[in-house]
Amino acid sequence: MPTDMPNDNPRPDSSPDMDETVSDSAPEPVSANGQADPDDAAAAPPKADPSVRPKIEIQDLNFWYTDTHALKGITMNVKPHQVTALIGPSGCGKSTLLRCLNRMNELIDGTTLEGDIQVDGQDIYAPDTDPVMVRRRIGMVFQKPNPFPKTIYKNVAWGAQINGYTGDMDDLVERSLRQAALWDEVKDQLHSSALNLSGGQQQRLCIARTLAVQPDVVLMDEPASALDPIATSKIEETITELKSDYTIVIVTHNMQQASRISDETAFLYMGRLVEMNPTEKLFTRPEKDRTEAYVTGRFG
Amino acid sequence: MESSSNGTFHLRRTRRKRIGMILAGVLFLATILGIVVLVTLLVDVAMQSRAWLDMQFLNSLPSRFADQAGIKPALYGSLWLMGLTALISVPLGVASAVYLEEYARDGWFLQLIQINIANLAGVPSVVYGILGLALFVRFAALGQSLLAGALTLSLLILPIIIISTQEALRSLPTGLRESAYALGATRWQVIWSHVLPNAAPGIFTGVILALSRAIGETAPLILIGALTFVPFLPQSAMDQFTALPIQIFNWTARPQDEFRGLAAAAIVVLMILLFAMNLSAILLRDYFERQTAGE
Repeated sequence: MPTDMPNDNPRPDSSPDMDETVSDSAPEPVSANGQADPDDAAAAPPKADPSVRPKIEIQDLNFWYTDTHALKGITMNVKPHQVTALIGPSGCGKSTLLRCLNRMNELIDGTTLEGDIQVDGQDIYAPDTDPVMVRRRIGMVFQKPNPFPKTIYKNVAWGAQINGYTGDMDDLVERSLRQAALWDEVKDQLHSSALNLSGGQQQRLCIARTLAVQPDVVLMDEPASALDPIATSKIEETITELKSDYTIVIVTHNMQQASRISDETAFLYMGRLVEMNPTEKLFTRPEKDRTEAYVTGRFG
Repeated sequence: MESSSNGTFHLRRTRRKRIGMILAGVLFLATILGIVVLVTLLVDVAMQSRAWLDMQFLNSLPSRFADQAGIKPALYGSLWLMGLTALISVPLGVASAVYLEEYARDGWFLQLIQINIANLAGVPSVVYGILGLALFVRFAALGQSLLAGALTLSLLILPIIIISTQEALRSLPTGLRESAYALGATRWQVIWSHVLPNAAPGIFTGVILALSRAIGETAPLILIGALTFVPFLPQSAMDQFTALPIQIFNWTARPQDEFRGLAAAAIVVLMILLFAMNLSAILLRDYFERQTAGE
């Protein structure tokens, strides 16, 4: 368990940092379940009821970009088949946190991660866990629509192909495009370039591409921030529909969006988790002053 | 002139426009100067070669009689050299660049390698000739063969290929790699399906520039002992050879006037070869650009 490896910690000064977390105005870690102490929840997850068992459990997560301590002692849970929104001002660490969940950050030189992230009870940072398999199970849609410079069909099929999908590929492509609400718009041009699509269509293609490898969890990093309002609402509809099949974690700087589509919301500030609660509660009756200041637009 | 509370604007539009026009003129002259010199050279060479450039010239072996002399062995030698050099240097250079950009961890060792590659790109070609003579001709006992020549030229252009390939890899958007990784691709799958195809246009441009440099090299070939008089065609990579630049050098060194015409004709052939290489590079680049546009 990475949490048991303080010797590997390249910066011994992290401990005072984490103590500070407790004494600071910022959180006693807030349980995603709204129940009990999260430490207990992680130690003895209620296995009997799958609807209560969190999909993702994050324990005391610390993250550094070379010299920048970007995430400080994050502890939170993500429930299955829900949309969990991460909000906070620019640079608060919400995208970094998201990218820790599918081991995307380790592609960047000089980053260090400490702490424990479990998905379905499995430590995704365990030494014998293959990051490639983690990313196959936990898909990601990026801020800027970034389809491959290939045909629409190949965009969707590639991920399944490299992962050895043996079923009917045409079928999978159609199903994925339908799930992403793009099929009707592109069914007659599957073999033309994805780059000819509009920005909103490209982003839905990226969602379809992610769904084609049949992940459990879909991470979305401000998926609509580069899109116009109409494209944005289409993406939001898609996200809401995907909830029944996937667990979705979405980073957004748009608080209306978070309140529209998410079930739970986590507010991050300067690398710390300030508050995590059901979305409605967080926006209407926040527990922390800083959360209230942010959601009412007094800062950030 | 409008004035504000802080001061006055002196727009001086005429003056600024005039400076802009003068600068544009200077830049235009700088461009023209280079082209004029090049065109003069080409025209002069073409004029001199007129009487000599014919099929007989392309098809004949060298001779000490100017009217019977031809460049067939040199032309074949150059084509052989380019083919072998490309076969050796392109896979090696691209592989090194992919390793350095996609695999190697940043650190002092990588920096050291980078600095050395950059330095090697600037080492005079004669030095590579000396290295080739010691390493390939003598030590590896390849003799004064096409293979020894191609290996030497490969060493010479490897740094150029590596550096230009690295540039091509670096210029790809990070989103391309990340989105492929996010689908559960291995490093190699990302490189093979996305990185290399998208970098191909840039890689080809670099490769052709490098090969264009290699085809004109004379000094290293002379050092490793390419012959100046080769009355036969190379049959294998182990044969002795001559190449166009060496033939040109040899002819210009002769006292008789006719040989200068022969040299000019050989230069024209070399230029056409070079032009053909560049053209094929552009066509290949366009092809890959269309491929990666998904059409």
